[in-house]
Amino acid sequence: MEDLKSFIAARVAKELKDGDVVNLGIGLPTLVPNHIGPDVNLILHSENGFVGLGNAPAEGEEDMDITNAGGKPASIVPGGAFFDSATSFLIIRGGHVDATILGALQVDEKGNIANWIVPGKMVPGMGGAMDLVVGAKKVIVAMEHTNKGKHKILKDCELPLTAKGVVDMIVTEMGVMDVTDEGLVLTEYNPEFTIEEIQEATGCPLIISENLKKMEV
Amino acid sequence: MAKLVTIDDAANMVKDGMTIMVGGFMGCGSPHRIIDKLVERGVKDLTLICNDAGFPDYGVGKMVMQKQFKKIYASHIGLNPNAGKQMNEGETEIILVPQGTLAERIRCAGAGLGGVLTPTGVGTIVQEGKKVINVDGKDYLLELPLRADIAIIEAYRSDRMGNLQYRGSTRNFGEIMATAADTVIAEVREVVDVGEISPDHVHTPGIFIDYITGGN
Repeated sequence: MEDLKSFIAARVAKELKDGDVVNLGIGLPTLVPNHIGPDVNLILHSENGFVGLGNAPAEGEEDMDITNAGGKPASIVPGGAFFDSATSFLIIRGGHVDATILGALQVDEKGNIANWIVPGKMVPGMGGAMDLVVGAKKVIVAMEHTNKGKHKILKDCELPLTAKGVVDMIVTEMGVMDVTDEGLVLTEYNPEFTIEEIQEATGCPLIISENLKKMEV
Repeated sequence: MAKLVTIDDAANMVKDGMTIMVGGFMGCGSPHRIIDKLVERGVKDLTLICNDAGFPDYGVGKMVMQKQFKKIYASHIGLNPNAGKQMNEGETEIILVPQGTLAERIRCAGAGLGGVLTPTGVGTIVQEGKKVINVDGKDYLLELPLRADIAIIEAYRSDRMGNLQYRGSTRNFGEIMATAADTVIAEVREVVDVGEISPDHVHTPGIFIDYITGGN
């Protein structure tokens, strides 16, 4: 399972370039920096109020005045900067974040995303997710292709939306998909799966790119 | 000018039924000593405006556990399971607000604005009951100001005029909340003489602060 998540994270890492301001959602997206090349310096934005998010501090080194968006002890790298929440979301909404990478419960072929509530079951709240997907220049969904075989990539999201028509790219263990006006275009596939298997695991028709490539990390 | 008071005096200003803003993000930058006092006093039927519902044992979450709020405005309640339970059982009304929208609604109130137009939430359940305004072909939601009777925030240090300096990521909602309540109380770790904090390094000007508490 960890290998699978690392594989997805490694492919997402290839989308990022030196100097990009990036916001990472919880879980799988936090693995992306592990796969960034030595020539690429990302500036990680933490929506609770800083750029320059660093690694988690070692045990005993925690400073409870510096936490990440999950409230856990974090660190800030040299060159980072703290600011208040209004500024933090100005950065997000104003298009100053180059990419946001986040998981999803459901995504659909129109680029709609649902990742904040399962009515009656899970009601954590949207936190900063609604602002992030609306404001970031590029929205990349990084997730497992299905939920234990159940479709997560659909024709229409069934769960309450986080935002409409905002997703640019979906990266899973099976392949890479671009959201276009025509629908989802499969641009890369993991050769461990056949195209038929990938289609079967997807709840909407996939358009196969003319330049379809093998997914490499 | 800001007045120095005890933690007890500060907590006593919060009365049953008031609307309060509490600074902090998952407890980071929350006024922990005032919160502890409010838990002890058991003040109730409050309306809370805060980024989140804290953790059960950290930050404003301690007050959530004691069911001191009848209504909560927050962007996230997932790290305090008790808040979700109170929401589902109808014990507490919880209004989930996107984090950036929450910040802007507070800022609006402090800045004398009648509202803010944001693209966040368009086409989602956040849109329900709100005016949609199209500007140059793009839809925005009209989000209205959020004000409080009292804001309690935390800062690293203050001078005797209430000029505040924060530390690390504790700034979050403190700066804007300080502008958007009738009474603003800053819990600080250190109170210094006027002049010790250079005007260049003041984060929240003392004109926003009514009371300072904590310190040495």
